[in-house]
This record gives sequence, structure tokens and C-alpha cells, in this order.
Amino acid sequence: MLKVNDIDVYYGHIHALKGVSLNVEEGEIVTLIGANGAGKTTLLNTLSGLLRPKNGTIEYMGKSIVGLPAQQIVRDGIIHVPEGRRVFAEMTVEENLLLGAFLRKDSQQVKKDLEKVYEIFPRLEERKKQQSGTLSGGEQQMLAIGRALMSKPKLLLLDEPSMGLAPILVQTIFEIIQEINNDGTTVLLVEQNAHMALSIADRGYVIETGKVVISGTSKELQESELVREAYLGGA
Amino acid sequence: MEWLQQIINGISLGSIYALIALGYTMVYGIIKLINFAHGEVFMIGAFTGFVAIVHFELSFVPALIIAMFTCSVVGVLIERIAYKRLRESTRIAALITAIGMSLFIQYLFIYFRGAEPEAYPQDVLPERTLDIFGVKVSMQALLILFISIVLMILLQFIVQKTKIGRAMRAVSYDKDAARLMGINVDNTISATFAIGSALAGAAGVIFGIYYTKIDPLMGLIPGLKAFVAAVLGGIGIIPGAMVGGFILGIVETLVSAAGFSLFRDAAAFIILILILLFRPAGIFGKNTKEKV
Repeated sequence: MLKVNDIDVYYGHIHALKGVSLNVEEGEIVTLIGANGAGKTTLLNTLSGLLRPKNGTIEYMGKSIVGLPAQQIVRDGIIHVPEGRRVFAEMTVEENLLLGAFLRKDSQQVKKDLEKVYEIFPRLEERKKQQSGTLSGGEQQMLAIGRALMSKPKLLLLDEPSMGLAPILVQTIFEIIQEINNDGTTVLLVEQNAHMALSIADRGYVIETGKVVISGTSKELQESELVREAYLGGA
Repeated sequence: MEWLQQIINGISLGSIYALIALGYTMVYGIIKLINFAHGEVFMIGAFTGFVAIVHFELSFVPALIIAMFTCSVVGVLIERIAYKRLRESTRIAALITAIGMSLFIQYLFIYFRGAEPEAYPQDVLPERTLDIFGVKVSMQALLILFISIVLMILLQFIVQKTKIGRAMRAVSYDKDAARLMGINVDNTISATFAIGSALAGAAGVIFGIYYTKIDPLMGLIPGLKAFVAAVLGGIGIIPGAMVGGFILGIVETLVSAAGFSLFRDAAAFIILILILLFRPAGIFGKNTKEKV
């Protein structure tokens, strides 16, 4: 579904991604783990068209998407839930969700999908008239994911959905990610919480200072010496 | 009852400031730029309305619509030609460009048509005085107020209830997040310039009818005062621009009525200085820290 081949991405003068390759097959959950500053967010920003790679190719469903404007990539079904949720704080919960459906013309279906999002996240329905800046961190993450679902994702890019959340909420969010995947959405999950990420992913990549250092099935990574020491807290 | 009359005059003058201030504040809200060429858009609106009324013998409403449309095109052109490429540069560069754009339009206009003023005909709107419980109110002042309020309600509707309005608010809050929603940021910024400039165009026509005399440099002082109004209300905040405009109009009129008409223009800038000293975020502004 997604083939990233040997891309180089610069952030100003910083060479943020150095020859990164990875692929995601339809229906999978693939995780990208790595420390802060390893280049995970840069990779997602490149996939969603906010950044352009200097070299290398990105193919999505058989077509190159390098250089396409972000709104075209959204239209093609790659939906990015950014790091730090980035909800529109001064707009209501429902307005945020409707922004997720910005490009859609099928208003009947949009209404149904809104109901569906409220079914998945009943909290959001309770607070639909509330300004989203007043929500708790967990609720904002639910809103960010709900907003992405309103865009009808084929490939969902999630950037650190567990960041800053209480463990119990992390559990809930990860269960929901699995549900979304079971409903047929492919997921590329960026995480620092390697333990949680590998527990739901089919495969994973480990990225360090802009390079993929190891990849494999979740099981292989969980057993790998390098991953255990650096990302799973030793032992 | 005379002071009541003056307040009503002040409100009509204020509605002109408010209409111009809305454009300043909308543009600032979305790209954090004080568009100093906005007063020139107002001037172009006044002249377009004049041509429509005098040369094409149109009545008020079609002239207003033509002026608004012309100004929205001009506003979009200004943004695309001068500001778009400066979006990633320092704010001072964009600000200086805006001042340059303002002077450029003024003198381009003078170069092609000369600097002599024109006079709006007196009979565009009915010139009658109504007597409401002893208060003499000019029909023109009321009509101007009415039109301004209709335009402001329309604007609020667009910003709050329509898709493009939602996109404008999203872009003003977080451009990259808006891109991830599939919003075309460039088009949304253009739409903001188009709407803000259309309001300035409307203000131009209304100004022409109210004060009759228009000239190529007429945008300067009302432009600056509308800028003060926008700052007074809280720059970037739409209701703030409306309230700021009305307050400024009333204060100015009362200062003149009290016999200090020479200090009329100074009043606006004294307000600016006071606001910047004591409440720099404006009446409606929250004292938020700069977003990093």
C-alpha cells in the first residue's frame, strides 16, 4: 500500500532522515519506534505532504505522492493525526470533527460517520458544544483520532497517541486503534512507548538519528537484544 | 437631546471604521500581518462606487456590490503579488512591504488619473431628517448604520456557520493542522483577503456618500483610524473590530461636538497610545503569551 524508498529529508540544514525505506501493506498495523528527535515525526510530516523529501520515492497505492499538496494526499486517504493532537482549541468539539470531513461532499454519510465517532467516543458527544481547548489530554487525543476518522482514512498515520496520557487511557486509546484497524483501516503508528506499540502492531521499524536500524515482525523486535535494551527497559 | 443625536452620528461614523477594521483584523488573524494597503482598498472602493453611480448611473445597491466585488479582486491580487512570497519571512519584512504597497497604490492611482478630488452626488440616498421623539436623525446616517450591520451579520454568519469560515478559523489557529484536514491554506487566505477587502470597498462607497469628497489619498487617515479600532477591540478578534470601530466613531464625534473639532483626529491616536500602555491585547483580547 505504501512504499517509502530511500528518502532523504532536510529540516533547514539538519539532515533529518537519511535514506529511510519502509513499507506498509494493506490491513496492517506497522509501528515506528525511536527516541525523541530520531526522525519519526519528520517521516510522518513527509508522508502527509508537509515536508518534501530531497531524494527518494514515496509510492502510495502504486502512485508517487512526492510533491503532491497536502490536501491531495488527504483526498487520497492518508490521514495524519499529528503529534500533540493539534486540535483547534478555540472551536467546538463538533466543529473540529466537521473539519475532519472538510473535503467530503457526501453530507448524509458525514452525518452518519459523526454518529459513529460519537459511538466510539461517547465522551465527545457529551462535550460536542464545548470548546476543544477545555478538554483533558485524553479527550483531546480522542478528538484528534475522531477527527481523522471523519476524513475516511485508508491509511492512518498516528504520531505518539500515548503522549502525556495516564496508563489507563493509553490502554483505551490502543484498544480503539486496534478496533479501527479491524474495521479495515491500515495504521502506521509512531511511538516512544515501544512496549505498547509492539503489543498491537504486526511489524515494526526502529529508527535512530534518521536511519532505520532494525525492522521485523513485532515478535522479532520484542525478542531482539537491541530493542529490549534500548526501548523496552532492558531485561 | 443634542448629545443623543451626536451619538447616533458617532455610531454611523463608527460603522465605517468598523467595516474597515474588520478587514485589518481578519487579515491579521490569519497571517499576522497588518495590511497597511487596506486603506487603499477602501479608496479604490470609493472610486469604483463613484464611477458606477456617476458614469454608469447605477443606484446605490448595485454600485455597492460592484465596489465590493472590485475590491475583493484587488485584495486577492495584493496578497498574491506582494505578501504570499513573504509568508515565511520576518514580520518586519512583510510589514514594510505592506507600507510600500500602500504608497504604490496611492501614487499609481495619481499617476493614471491625477490627484484631484471628486464629489459624490448628494442624492444617492434619500436626504431626509427623521424626528424620533425630538431627536433629529438623518435618514442617511440610519441607512448607513443599517447597511453596515447587515454586512457585519453576514460576515459573522460566514465565519461561524459556513465551511469557508470554519476553514478560515482553522487556518488562523494552526496552518499545518489545517493542511492535514485537507484545507487549501493558500485559497483560504485569499478568501480572507477577498472578504475583508469587500467590506473595505463597501466602507469606501458609504464614506463617499456620507462625506461626498473622495481623493486618491483618502485611505490614509480612515485606514489608520480603523487600524486603531482593530487594536482597540483586540487585533484578530472580529467582534472586537466592530466594537472598536463604534467606540472610536462615538468618541470622535463627541470630541468634535464638545468644541474640540481640531483634536478630532488626535483623539483616535490618544486612544491608541492609552490602549497600548494599559491593555495592549485590546478590549476583547486575552493576555496570552506568544505561541511558540
